[in-house]
Amino acid sequence: MSESLRNNGRIWVPKNKGDRRPPNAIPEAERDYYLERKYPSFGNLVPRDVASRNAKEVCDDGRGVGDSGLSVYLDFRDDITRLGRDVIEARYGNLFEMYNRITGEDPYAQPMRIYPAVHYTMGGLWVDYQLQSSVPGLFVLGEANFSDHGANRLGASALMQGLADGYFVAPYTVPDYIASTRFTDAPVNHPAFNEAATRVDDNLKHLLGVKGKTTPREFHRRLGHLMWDYVGMARNEVGLKKVLSEIPALRDEFWRDVSVPGSNDYMNQSLEYAGRVADYLEFAEVMALDALERAESCGGHFREESQTPEGEALRDDENFAHVAAWEFTGVGTAPVLHREKLDFENVHPSQRSYK
Amino acid sequence: MVAQSRPILEGSHSAASSMKIKLKVWRQKGPDADGKLVDYTLNDVSPDMSFLEMLDVLNESLIRTGQDPVDFDSDCREGICGSCGIMINGKAHGPLAGTTTCQLHMRTFRSGDEIVVEPWRAEAFPVVRDLVIDRSAFDRIIVAGGFISVNTGAAPDANAVLVPKQNADMAMDAAACIACGACVAQCKNASAALFVGAKVSHLALLPQGNPERSRRAIRMVQQMDAEGFGSCSNEGECEAVCPKGISISNIARMNREFTKASFGGTR
Repeated sequence: MSESLRNNGRIWVPKNKGDRRPPNAIPEAERDYYLERKYPSFGNLVPRDVASRNAKEVCDDGRGVGDSGLSVYLDFRDDITRLGRDVIEARYGNLFEMYNRITGEDPYAQPMRIYPAVHYTMGGLWVDYQLQSSVPGLFVLGEANFSDHGANRLGASALMQGLADGYFVAPYTVPDYIASTRFTDAPVNHPAFNEAATRVDDNLKHLLGVKGKTTPREFHRRLGHLMWDYVGMARNEVGLKKVLSEIPALRDEFWRDVSVPGSNDYMNQSLEYAGRVADYLEFAEVMALDALERAESCGGHFREESQTPEGEALRDDENFAHVAAWEFTGVGTAPVLHREKLDFENVHPSQRSYK
Repeated sequence: MVAQSRPILEGSHSAASSMKIKLKVWRQKGPDADGKLVDYTLNDVSPDMSFLEMLDVLNESLIRTGQDPVDFDSDCREGICGSCGIMINGKAHGPLAGTTTCQLHMRTFRSGDEIVVEPWRAEAFPVVRDLVIDRSAFDRIIVAGGFISVNTGAAPDANAVLVPKQNADMAMDAAACIACGACVAQCKNASAALFVGAKVSHLALLPQGNPERSRRAIRMVQQMDAEGFGSCSNEGECEAVCPKGISISNIARMNREFTKASFGGTR
């Protein structure tokens, strides 16, 4: 669900582990509004990395709710009483309806159950100040590039970056590139075209030719679990090293045992999906490697080894005030790290506190 | 005017029992191939699955047994991208009002139910394969609408252009259209009037859309006709199945815009 809901909802879990009573039957004194308790000045409006980690912590502590125990309550009761249902409906009607369709529960009458999930990621393709990638003429706009999101994503980030890049940067830099570049014809019999076409064709035939026993979705699920467990809301060196051996092993297994039905002479959705999973199996590795290399905690990247005595993210600007740009050198070979130093002239990074 | 609010559904979340579902699914190998309904039975469907997750489960079992999976389109699965669209028991997006196929959950059905699953059917939406249709006619209508003039460069001050709240609300309601094509699928004439009405209205109601207002109305309506969509005969099935509750008053606005533009000449 959208994070905007936290503007009017209060997050809580039962104080006691294993309290299975329905939420409205749990008296006020037995509820733990843990964000309000720990962060009195920001309360439920702490940034998303802090809110996410705290939800994980209370669930790991055995106080999560719902069948899976992997959720916390987001309760609108007080603001519905204070502002009226109409106001809440005007603000979030579409989200409440979406929640209702998914769960079959009425969020106006009982709290929502929420848990952090992978949404977008920080980072993206490297670009220069013109938003041009390392491939000449390939401009990357919006959240596909790395440029605007640092340690945390900003609210409504997809719109913000799309508008900023689209209105204020690309209208100048793309025409400049076109006006100042000499183009030659690139017909379909160009050697580069043939090479690319052959490579894609070989790749498709390879995927179809494995004829293994495991579906692409099964591999996707297993990769997802690896990433969730070891490259999720909290990471540590041991886990990251472990996953860095498991991802290549899973990738090898994929190419030995994937089962892709059909052929490549029609729109084959299974083949398309298998191709995506193959990409994820490569990309997952660089994400884990980047997380291992950055031994500090930094926004959404929480390294368990780097925390304050109170369990908050501890940054290390001495060693990590840089963008890590990884140069692809081929599947299964180590990418090359390029550090781009971050300079702060006016506002200097400091330890965050929401107490 | 705020978007007509849709009911919050009764019925509770159930960790409970699995359901048995019989499916009759339209299978068609390609645009020119003959298609037919094929029977499948799923014995272990969770009531908390979405309709598309249920089809995912069917497909996993088909792949494991060496059969071709059922192709269908989906992307966000949050009800906002407009990719999924399936005729379920003869109704576009299934039995729930204001709900896309991906947001339809199996608890809506009962164990033992037989469900007929078909693609959108309209001349302008040819079947690509199984439940996948080619909706690019919609894209061509949008392209025909063309650009709107916008100042790039320095950002304007907030509120430099005033928009009455009522117009902003109506434009927002029209902009809620996700171009899924349910309106076309349900209409006996396969008319795209609700879709085009929503798109024409959205920009006609805002000052930002005004410079190209006449040209846009004319060209989009002409393209709609050229694509082979039928005429609107005001039956309102479109509004009834629209997952975003787009009102047919947008069709009236499109007709007004088109008529006005026709007399004013195109720019």
